[in-house]
Amino acid sequence: MMQRKPTDRSDTLVQGLGLLTVAVLTVGIFMAFVYAPTDRDQGEAQRIFYVHVPMAWLAYLAMGVVLVGSVGYMWKRSARMDRLARSSAELGFLFTTLVLITGSLWGRPIWNAWWQWEARLTTTLILWFIFIGYFMVRAYAGDRERGARYAAVLGIIGAIDVPIIHQSVTWWRTLHPEPIVLDTGGPNLPDSMLATLLVCLAGFTLLYGYLMVQKTRIETVRDELAERELASLFEPEVETHDRRPAPVSPKVSGAAED
Amino acid sequence: MRRVWALVWKDLLVEFRGREFLGAMVVFALITIVTLNFAFDLSRGDRAAPGAGGLWIAFLFAGMLGLGRSLAVERDRGTLEGLTLCPVDAGTIFLGKFIANALFIVIVQAVSLPVFYGLYNLPSLNPMVLLIAVTGAVGFAGLGTLFSAVAASSRAREILMPLLLFPLAIPLVIGTVRATTLIFESNSADAWPWFNLLAAFDVIFVTLSYVVFDLVLEE
Repeated sequence: MMQRKPTDRSDTLVQGLGLLTVAVLTVGIFMAFVYAPTDRDQGEAQRIFYVHVPMAWLAYLAMGVVLVGSVGYMWKRSARMDRLARSSAELGFLFTTLVLITGSLWGRPIWNAWWQWEARLTTTLILWFIFIGYFMVRAYAGDRERGARYAAVLGIIGAIDVPIIHQSVTWWRTLHPEPIVLDTGGPNLPDSMLATLLVCLAGFTLLYGYLMVQKTRIETVRDELAERELASLFEPEVETHDRRPAPVSPKVSGAAED
Repeated sequence: MRRVWALVWKDLLVEFRGREFLGAMVVFALITIVTLNFAFDLSRGDRAAPGAGGLWIAFLFAGMLGLGRSLAVERDRGTLEGLTLCPVDAGTIFLGKFIANALFIVIVQAVSLPVFYGLYNLPSLNPMVLLIAVTGAVGFAGLGTLFSAVAASSRAREILMPLLLFPLAIPLVIGTVRATTLIFESNSADAWPWFNLLAAFDVIFVTLSYVVFDLVLEE
């Protein structure tokens, strides 16, 4: 299989996306620290909100993309869908870790506790464990193709389970500040804060997009490398799916045909 | 459907003849229930919540012990190939394994609940508790059978199984423990919504596992 060389054109597009990401994030950080007013009750600690909320959004967006990739893989068995799912899972794990850390940093001064067993926190923590399980399934499967299938199973069940876990924990107990942006009566937030949040959301979503493009490229190259390594174990003519690096004796039957 | 029952019957027969894990599951559940007494002092105070929690931890662990091996033994004995060569689809194999596993958990519960009643004098033989127990067993068996198959052909299968099953089974843990706690507090009326919820979880988890089982078994 030949390596598909990324054209200069797509490279330029990706670079453009990267520059745009940097620009929007710079504006977002400036707005978060300078433009947005200091919260009356929470003080400066509230500013972490502009990072925390985008992280949370991306954690769940990434899980959604894992679901899409997993269902796609189940449907079509395309390596491309698997790459989409596993790239998004790695980024999702990163953002889930960050949302847990930023949340704890905020919780300490405001709630006077690093952690509360509240629905959204608990669900995010479980999501973090689901991502770990997702990587472990792949690592322990011992075979790339099998790893992809098992990971798809976990991607589907895990993503569908997340809202169920959220609901069941909500019924169990709840303490998180009520949703303020997606409130039914419209966002209950000063315009300057809302604007800052939206810019930050856009910036971090662009960052996710940029990282996804780069990550899927890396995974594509990795897949190709693995395939080449596999192919190099056999004589070029012998087409086989057997993975054993056994010393294959030259096949007589194939050569006699020509 | 007759094929599903044939598979269930096969598992029960293998277990009856070989006595491979049902005995171990029951003893494990009992020893967990006994150890529970030292983890939480259940002789006084508010015992409903720790009692219900401990009981379900015992079922969850014992169930995992059995479920974890359910497909692993098939692979080790080389009978999994025989099973996949049967003229039935993956879904049928799933249903057979799932029903057999659910039965195993129910048997463990049938032994543990009277013992729990005897040791702690909590109303664990209330018919409502039995209903919750069976409903919970169905959900655990559904997810457990799926991940048993995933773990069976992986390395480190004993470790992988709880890592996959526990986070995903949390809605079931919450539902069963809350319902059982309410019944132990003689508040059975409030336990009904939890029962309905558990029944809904069962439907979702079993259906999902049935649908994706094909992905696991294909070799």
